[in-house]
Amino acid sequence: MMVGGRTYSAGPGEGRPWTFYALATLFGLFLLFLYGPMLVMYILSFQGPEGGVTFPMVGFSTVWFAEIVKPGQMANIPASFARSIALAAIVSLLTVVFSVAAGLAFRRRFAGSGLLFYLAVASLVMPSLLVGFGIGLGFKAMGWKTGLFTSALGAQLTWTLPFGLFAMFAVVNRFNRAYEEAADDLGANPWQRFRYVTLPILLPGIIGVGMGAFTLSYDEYARTTLVIGERNTLPIEIYALISSASSPMLFAIGTVTTAVSFLIIGLALWRILRLQQRRRGLEAVR
Amino acid sequence: MTSFSDTVRALPRLGRWSLPALRLQPGIVSWLQVGPLAFVLIVLFALPTMLFAVVSFWDYDRTGIYPALILDNYRDLLTTPATIRVYVSSLTFAAIVWAITLFLGFNIAHFLVFHVRSAAMRTLLFLLCAIPFWTSGIIRTIAWIPFLGRNGAFNQMLMAAGVTAHPLDFLLFSSFAVIVTYVNLFTLLMVGPIANSLAKIDPALIEAARDAGASRWRIMIEVIIPLSKTGITLGSILVFTQVMGDFFVAKAMSGGQSASIVSALATEIQAMQYPPAAANAVVLVIFVAIMVGLMMRVVDVRKELVK
Repeated sequence: MMVGGRTYSAGPGEGRPWTFYALATLFGLFLLFLYGPMLVMYILSFQGPEGGVTFPMVGFSTVWFAEIVKPGQMANIPASFARSIALAAIVSLLTVVFSVAAGLAFRRRFAGSGLLFYLAVASLVMPSLLVGFGIGLGFKAMGWKTGLFTSALGAQLTWTLPFGLFAMFAVVNRFNRAYEEAADDLGANPWQRFRYVTLPILLPGIIGVGMGAFTLSYDEYARTTLVIGERNTLPIEIYALISSASSPMLFAIGTVTTAVSFLIIGLALWRILRLQQRRRGLEAVR
Repeated sequence: MTSFSDTVRALPRLGRWSLPALRLQPGIVSWLQVGPLAFVLIVLFALPTMLFAVVSFWDYDRTGIYPALILDNYRDLLTTPATIRVYVSSLTFAAIVWAITLFLGFNIAHFLVFHVRSAAMRTLLFLLCAIPFWTSGIIRTIAWIPFLGRNGAFNQMLMAAGVTAHPLDFLLFSSFAVIVTYVNLFTLLMVGPIANSLAKIDPALIEAARDAGASRWRIMIEVIIPLSKTGITLGSILVFTQVMGDFFVAKAMSGGQSASIVSALATEIQAMQYPPAAANAVVLVIFVAIMVGLMMRVVDVRKELVK
């Protein structure tokens, strides 16, 4: 990720300047600030059955977690959760494939590369709801019905692809083309070169892109909401709940979704670490 | 009957089979590689944008919308005092949030890149900052309500510590709450790009400055900050566009006192009043485009990113 480790003190034995302590305190306070509401949410998800969405805690129970899967609710959480995961998986896969290809393409200057770059920037900074609005209008104009894996997928891609592209820029910049030249010298054709040299070296970065795209898609609300069709994803279902029935169940949902995100990102990170360890192991053998 | 392994062995050796060398021109290869991405961005972003630009000139009434070329939507939009009010309000929020996230983001990025010694610790701390983002922004926003409310955790902590006798009222459903939530949600957008820029600074430059006798403060002002311009610009663009494009936080955390541009738009869309919504959208897009364009003049984003 980050190259660095430059510090202001010359050696390991030297003490740290006062700015270290000031900044460390600031950082600590910032973490508290970031996690404060999250902790409140985690705690309140164990709210007692009589309690409301604010303190005080009226007892301690897991009843709100059970509420999530109870049928006949105003919102169908498990189903929308499954849809969110499915959509995120597809978005992640497409983002990885398209971004890797495009990242490799941008290594040279080709006709239209500048325009495409700024198009990606524009897609990134465009207010999300407007993207959904445009796509929704387009579908209406063509007489198509909006749907989970058509318009919603497309809308989310306009968000994840620019991120994926810029992440691939960073990854590809660090890549040393000498490896590819060596592959050429050894007689590999372009496909073999890509599959046996380029791809494995870029793999940690690519997994990072996939992971990021999954999270972006899973939490996506604004771009998706106008083009989701009839079957909601989880964030949209949650939003409907907020407006209609506020209860600690919302916090229970938040806790569960955080846990799921943790799990998935943890898995991806573990995979990356394993890859890097194996690589270091191979290099040590040589 | 031949065994399965015999059959497999009889198949052509797929491992060494590969396509005959297709010598395509490099330009064509690039186009093929970038094709899918370009397709998505053009069909799902550029075209829809042009579509609502066109619709913004259409006529409408209670029963439907009609193709036309009228400026009424724009005239109505730009002459309503509410429009000016909401733009000023959003811009004010954007400016304040930008200043705070810049200060926080720069200091945190600086701490992570320059003061933390081990790479493992740095990755861990950075991950700690990023973990909250794995929870949906909407949930994180509403989690502030029990935190800041009159009976909320924060007030109870203050009263327990003896700082105040009565719960503070301005914490929630106020501009304060909106700003706090924005900062909570968007600081990481600053930390990321700035940390990236700071990490790219050649340590030799800092050493040279130190050898030339510069104090740490001067190094900061004259070497580090100028070299992190790209990160600051990128972070600023991200934060600014997120605040201007927000429709949930402003309404929820201000208790309905402040609207945001996009929430007004969303209401119009729900009422199926597409032409005025489209006009609203076009004005917002132009406004954001101008601001982002100005910010990108500070630094050549393309050169820095694709380098």
